[in-house]
Parts: sequence; C-alpha cells; structure tokens
Amino acid sequence: MTKISRRAALRALRCGLMATATLSAGFASAEGETVKIGYAVARTGANATGAGITTIPNYELWVKTVNDAGGLTMPDGSKRKIEVIEYDNRSSNGDLVRSIERLASQDKVDLILPPWSTGANLAVAPLFAKYGYPQLAVTAVTDKAPDFVKRWDRSFWMLGGGHDYANGLVELLSAALEEGKINNKVAVVSVADGFGIDLIKAARPAFKEAGFELVYDETYPLGTSDFAAIMSEVQNSEADSFVAFSYPPGSFGMTKTAQSIGYNPKVFYISVGGAFPIYPGIANGKPDGVMAIGGVDADSSAIKDYFASHTDSVGNPPDSWASAITYASLEMLEQAVGRAGLDHEALSKELSTGTFDTVVGEVKLEDNQLRDLFWVGQWQDGAFRAVSPAGKQGASAAVIPKPEW
Amino acid sequence: MLLTTLILGLVLGATYALLALGLTLQYGICRIMNLAYGELTLVAAFLLVVLFKSFGLPPLVALLLICPAGYAAGWCLYTVMMRPLVQRSGARGRLEVDSILATFGLLFLIQGGLLVVFGANFTSISYLDQGVSVLGVPVALNRLVALVICVVAGGALVAALNLTRWGLTIRAVAQSPGSAPLVGIDVNRVARQGFALGTSLAATGGASLAMYQTFSATDGVVFTMKALVIVIMGGVGNVAGALVAGVALGLVETVVATAIDPGLTLAATFAIFLAVLLWRPNGLFGRRS
Repeated sequence: MTKISRRAALRALRCGLMATATLSAGFASAEGETVKIGYAVARTGANATGAGITTIPNYELWVKTVNDAGGLTMPDGSKRKIEVIEYDNRSSNGDLVRSIERLASQDKVDLILPPWSTGANLAVAPLFAKYGYPQLAVTAVTDKAPDFVKRWDRSFWMLGGGHDYANGLVELLSAALEEGKINNKVAVVSVADGFGIDLIKAARPAFKEAGFELVYDETYPLGTSDFAAIMSEVQNSEADSFVAFSYPPGSFGMTKTAQSIGYNPKVFYISVGGAFPIYPGIANGKPDGVMAIGGVDADSSAIKDYFASHTDSVGNPPDSWASAITYASLEMLEQAVGRAGLDHEALSKELSTGTFDTVVGEVKLEDNQLRDLFWVGQWQDGAFRAVSPAGKQGASAAVIPKPEW
Repeated sequence: MLLTTLILGLVLGATYALLALGLTLQYGICRIMNLAYGELTLVAAFLLVVLFKSFGLPPLVALLLICPAGYAAGWCLYTVMMRPLVQRSGARGRLEVDSILATFGLLFLIQGGLLVVFGANFTSISYLDQGVSVLGVPVALNRLVALVICVVAGGALVAALNLTRWGLTIRAVAQSPGSAPLVGIDVNRVARQGFALGTSLAATGGASLAMYQTFSATDGVVFTMKALVIVIMGGVGNVAGALVAGVALGLVETVVATAIDPGLTLAATFAIFLAVLLWRPNGLFGRRS
C-alpha cells in the first residue's frame, strides 16, 4: 500500500494552490517588462470580511485602472504594466509572514502591498524593513505610529490612532453640549478587543475633561451577537448620547436592537461598520443621523468618481472610511513610482516627503503619517458625510438630535 | 428588571438551543461529530437571503422550503460522504475520528464556496424587526419567531423520540447500533434519516438566524463552537439536554450582562461549561458510561 502522510499531502496541496494562485495572477506578463507587485491578503478565515470590503477590491480596482491606462509610468516616461502575485494569508499571521518572505525572496517582486488589519501590518513590519520594501500600512489604527516610524523608517501609517477618533468624537459632542443640544450624560459600550480598548481608554478621560458624565460604561466580549440586555439598560439611563466602540457585527446588532426596542437617543454613534455601504440596509433604510467612525467629503468630484468606478468594478460602493484612504495610498505609490522609480530607498523618500494628488484630496505625510483625516462621519440623505473635525475642508455640519428611526 | 432579564435571557437561550438541536441529533444517532455544522447553517442563512432579496419570498415562507431542502441535502451528504466512512469503521472510535476529519475538510470546502459565491461582505436582511411587548419588555419579533420555532421543533422532537415507534427505533440505533439490526432495524436507513433530520434542523436554525443577525461567509466556526458547547453541556446526543443547556446559557449570559458586567458573559459561559463538565462529565442529561 502506498503511504502518503498527511503532512506530505498538505504540502502538495499548498504547493498546488500557490502555483494556481501565481499562474492565474500572472496574466499581465504577456507584453514587455512588467512591474511585479505582490500581496498576501486574507481570502479566507476571520479577516476575509474586512480584507474583502476594504483592501482587496481597492487593490484590484487600482491594478485594473493602471493597466487599462497602459501601466505604471516610470520616471523616464515609459509605461510598464503591473503583474500581480497574490497569496491567501488565511487570516493567520504565520502564513502571512511566510507569504511575504516568499514574495520578497523567491518571487522577488518590485513592490509589496500591505495586508488588512492593524495586527497583520505590525506582524509584517519587521519583514518589510528587513527586505527594504516601503510599507504603506493603511488599515492600521495605532497610537504608536510615531514610535513605529522611528523603528522602521520605510513604514507609513495612514489611518490615525485610537486617541484621534475618540478625541474627534468628544470634540463634536462637547460642541453640541455647549449649544445645549444634548445633556452631559453619555452611555458608552465598547468591545473588549484591541480597537475597542484603545478607543475607550482614550475616550474616558476626554469625556471627563469635556464635562461629560459616563452614566453607563461597560464592555462586551468579542463575538457577542445579542445586545438586547445592554441596549435595554442603556435605554433606561438618562443619557442623550449613545456611543459604541464596536466592530461591524456589534455595530449592526446594536442598530437592529435599538430599532426594535424603539431606542432613540439624540446621538447614536457606532464605530467600525457604520460607514459600510450595507449599513443603510441594515438600518432598515433609516440610517439618517447615525454617526460612525470615518467619513468622506461626499461632495468632492474625486470621491464621486471613485465611488462610481468602485461600484462599476466591484458591484457595490466602497466603505466611507478606510477604502478611500486605501485607494489614495495606491495613488500615492503610483505617483511616487513615476517620480522616483522602483528603487526602494528613493521611493520611500518620495513617499515620505512628496505631495500627492489623490481621491481624498492633496496628501502630504507628516513624519510618515497621514494626519489630515476625518474622524467622525454621519449618514445624511443617503451619504456618509464627514462631520469631524468640523473645520476641515469638505466637512458637513452634524445633525443633532438624530431624527427618530 | 428581573422580568426583563428573564425574558431576554429566555429568548436568547432559545435561539442558542435551536442552533444546537441538529448537531446533537447528528451525533446522537449517527455518531458523526459534524464540524461543518456551522457552515451548513450558514448555507441556509444565505439561501434565505437570496430567496428574500432576489425572489421576494417572505422569509417565513422560504423557511418552509429550506427545511425540507436541508433534509434532502443531509440525505445526500450522508449517502455520498458519511456512508463510506460508516461502512469501513469497525469500532465506534474510528468513525468519530474519521467523521471529525472529514467534516473538518467539508467546513473549508463550504466556506470557500460561500466566499466565492457571496463574497466576504456582511449580509443581513430586515424582516420583522419591530419590537413586540412581552409582559412589558420590548423584544424583537424576529427573535420571538426563532423562539417559537425552537419550542415547536424541540418539543416535537422530544415527543417523537420518546412517544412514537419511529422514536423507539432511533433510540435503539443511538444506544446500540450493533444490536439494532437483530430486531430488524435497518441501521443505515435510520442513521441516514437522523443525519438528514439534523441537517434539516441546522438549516432551520440558520434560516431563522438570518432574520435577526448580521452574518458573513466566515462565521460558521462561531456557530459550530456555540452549538458544541451547548451539545456537550446538555449531554451529547440528548435533545432535551440541548434545549435545557441552550436556555440556561442564554439566561446566564443575560443575567451576567445586566447584573454584573457584559464583559464577563463569555467568561460566565465557559465557567458554567467547566462546572458542568466537572460535576457531570457526560453533560447535564448524558448517559453514564
């Protein structure tokens, strides 16, 4: 009897899968010299949802847009098409690290695009640094970005940190408090996981300093699917403002529960997921007034064009938080390559010091970080509009109190 | 306050129990620990969304279609995939290991299929979202529907297993698959029925879940885990046990969330899970071996 050990079988399977991935991705290589761009994203596993909403569609849209226009423009004016090498990191950092190693050392790609999520970006940052690739960490929210920039000088952090989002929200609410639109009582819930913890830690002192009282302040475990108990307690508190530092499943669950029990606070804020294109559907067509993390300048023509082409190629509009920033990071890369070429050092320097024209407007990084961001957005007439910081160009005025569901 | 907690806990518990019924049945009758169980519920959930969004079928009507479709799918799955495993397994232990490995593979197959067909996005429908007052406590109507389905399906199952001749043969196969043929029972047929029925319940659970919860193609494992905890707590293969354990879990989570801290619900779940296992290793209603 032939014996095939499970390990051997798995190895064969993996090799086969990788070969297929490489083959199917290598279509563009037919003519001329190409620019090889590699990425390892979560096609399966727990991160597939996030990567599938924010990261993968934008990578694909960008590659298609660039290749349709003849390819990446090099400093000498020649055009080179993009050839993609993609691996599935199966939402595991181990697989992710192996894939990045492979992209850098075996496939020898010219550029590597980052994976989705803060944790994944941190996991591969040392590798990017080791091989010298610039890392445009878009979907990473971290307060430690200044430290990371010192440690890995070719890393770029483009989505702010927990403090920024918490402070942006508190600023918005304290303006409403001063105008007498809401009382000083706030009910806040947060998911007991990285992002929720970061935000609530930053929000507690900020709320206190602004004169707010947290009448309800509880956390819930990741994976909670039923919010009836929490929402009924929140409803019984006297808070005018409801704030949830939540992930998409929680944001959606709380919205549905609030609607079914008829909970109508003057401010209803949820975090990740509120800016997703499916949110109006989840809110039963009544998202108006709901605030969430993110926001775009819905009136800018660049954003309108971007939404239209995303809808065309992916089938649905992008989310209104990290998607546009992700696409902007790719445009930055494209323009930086046009000016500095594919040499990693020159390219990183250009990314760090150059000014770029993107879908979110003119972008210039400060200390390798994108700081000019919107922190809070609100659904108004079917669009998720940025409302904080109120002074930033393109921000709309927040509607408080929120209309009833 | 106490009443609110009680009602919310009962409703939550019923949705948990409904999710676990099929798994306990499949293991109890066929000795197949179906790790792809959560994925099967997801398939039903997606099916309901498609029927609702593309064909305009009201979810409760779609449920009536999905339930028998689940039975058919389970029937085929057993015939094609499980039967060969059962046939070559002599002792009981081998089938358990084989079925765990096989369904573990099936899990990824179905998950991959769902990702290809439906993408990675969150999916949700709005149906019967309005609140209904139950003794003054507002409860979402779609969760109440799940509670009713759970009570009806669970009750019917318990009654059928204990009171009918069909139930007797099923219990015979469950207790002693080796001796059941001696009294003229076609073990293969009964096991296939049991597996199909379990799949049908998984589909029902998934379809009713789609009415009240947002889900995505990668959520199956979460459902399997929840169902596994309930099944093991209630006593593997024991339908009444799964019902009681599900409701108990829902109650504990809600009480802890309101009286102590929502952050401790997960800890409470596993604390009572541990306690039950220490106190009764075979589950609340498990047979002593």
